[in-house]
Amino acid sequence: MRESPRLCDAQEKEVLTVNIIACVKQVPDTEAQIKVKADGSGIEEGQIKWVMNPYDEYGVEEALKLKEKNGGEVTVVSVGPARAMETIRTALAMGADKGVHICDPVFDGADAFVVANALAAVIKTLPHDIILCGQRAIDDDAGQVGSMLAEALGLPQLTLVTKLEYTGSTVKVIRPIEGAQLSVETVLPCVVTAQKGLNEPRYASLPGIMKAKKKPVDVKDAAALGIATDAKAKVAKTIPPPARPPGKIICGDEPAQKAAELGRLLREEAKAI
Amino acid sequence: MAKGVMIVAEQRDGALRKISLELASTARKLADQSGDEVSAILLGSGIEGLAVELGKYGVDKVFVGDNAALEPYVTEAHAEVVAKIVKENDPSILLLGASVQGKDLSSRVAAKLATGLATDCTDVKIDGGKLVATRPMYAGKCYGEVVVAANPQMASLRPNVFPAAENAKAGAVVKVDVAIDAASIKSKVLEVQKDTSGKVDLTEATVIVSGGRGMKGPEGFAILDELADVLKGTVGASRAAVDAGWKAQKDQVGQTGKVVSPNLYIACGISGAIQHLAGMSSSKCIVAINKDAEAPIFTKADYGVVDDLFKVIPELTAVCKKLVA
Repeated sequence: MRESPRLCDAQEKEVLTVNIIACVKQVPDTEAQIKVKADGSGIEEGQIKWVMNPYDEYGVEEALKLKEKNGGEVTVVSVGPARAMETIRTALAMGADKGVHICDPVFDGADAFVVANALAAVIKTLPHDIILCGQRAIDDDAGQVGSMLAEALGLPQLTLVTKLEYTGSTVKVIRPIEGAQLSVETVLPCVVTAQKGLNEPRYASLPGIMKAKKKPVDVKDAAALGIATDAKAKVAKTIPPPARPPGKIICGDEPAQKAAELGRLLREEAKAI
Repeated sequence: MAKGVMIVAEQRDGALRKISLELASTARKLADQSGDEVSAILLGSGIEGLAVELGKYGVDKVFVGDNAALEPYVTEAHAEVVAKIVKENDPSILLLGASVQGKDLSSRVAAKLATGLATDCTDVKIDGGKLVATRPMYAGKCYGEVVVAANPQMASLRPNVFPAAENAKAGAVVKVDVAIDAASIKSKVLEVQKDTSGKVDLTEATVIVSGGRGMKGPEGFAILDELADVLKGTVGASRAAVDAGWKAQKDQVGQTGKVVSPNLYIACGISGAIQHLAGMSSSKCIVAINKDAEAPIFTKADYGVVDDLFKVIPELTAVCKKLVA
């Protein structure tokens, strides 16, 4: 809970409204075939269907749930080319209130460091209690932006969250790690990254889609942010995955025979058991 | 001038995690190319004794930060201490594990040091004096060769991919003054709930037996549990099986689940949707068992069995039981 200019302390119970930022990225659909450009400079974008990063959908859904329960406002922020506006509109159609689209060709090839600083430059100018990001984007799979954004804003971070509880002055979350689950608490404002399991994202309703068209989206270029845009990590070359040698289909008349042959090959040839 | 290779070791409950040894061995290989030193950062409480172990795997010098405030792991405290040690020692390369903790820490540290980071790498090499880190993107549908245009050049390494080989070095302990301003640490671990199943997490398992829609229901997974038990493996699931509620979300392998690289991946009744294939195709040996000979999973498999999995798997379990006995 942050101070509200509207109400005095005695009414504190009523000022649990929460300012939420949901960061979203437009990415190729999970079913997309990815083809590497012949010169290794990236991927062919021609045939790709673009969607909101699935982990960001969990972030947007959680933002909407927090707003519905506590009151407040959800602002969607995205760094991306012109087409990323579709993803911002999708979030608005789900129920977010307004958007900021950071759109500038200088961000083509931006790494997480640049993106996080661009997001931070915008978020600094907005009221923010909880900032939600997907735990990673399923295109570059880097999973860095949430933490880097937290550092840029000087805020605590809770990554890979599957449950979030907002108490008014803190958030308590569940974070699964290898072989255990952690319950962690931090103060506001903070950055939370969403993992699958956090919630079940809603679909945009038809009235939601109509309303989204009229919701405000502020478009900003790099100059408006005043940040350095040189990537620290660069993908020098994009390559297809290593080819696997053709496999063997195990022959045999009976399941038992096939199982025995498979076991033998795994032991003797693959040395996998 | 930046010099040497530094790793951030990871320990839990007073024991080094396997990824720490993988990091040490990989760092040793890189450093030997230029005759450089390997150093390690080891943080926690009551953990100084673990430095010897790192020495066995090729670490020359271990910076030990031993302080109650560093246990259990909290991002802000660890990131602060790691960044300070890195700044004072100026390594050219900084490697972490792409474990849950390593991913959380590496990106925070990279931002603090204003440098670049290649996440979840499956190969690292030195080319023209610079680190080139190869990493899957789009969950392995393609790969990127990443270079970092600042120092230290940071990369996190995917667990289970890099070999851990003994190569004894000094492992000399350098105690680091850890001055943490408690007021600056905003997050607090309230509870650690350990998984009591005794199963290794999918991302660290050497054997995974995975089931899909072909398992027909949650009870179908019992035969996979038996096979996994014999092979000391972990059971995973496709998105279809998880979305149907047959298995928990933490068990999902694929682009929107866990990306895994075990030694042996046995896909049972999984057709092989592209988003699943993306999550497991870096496995070393892939077996597919499916009655549909046209299933796309067979295009990735080293060994395929076209048959009824409910007949094949119990037989395979029996065969494996004899082989591992």
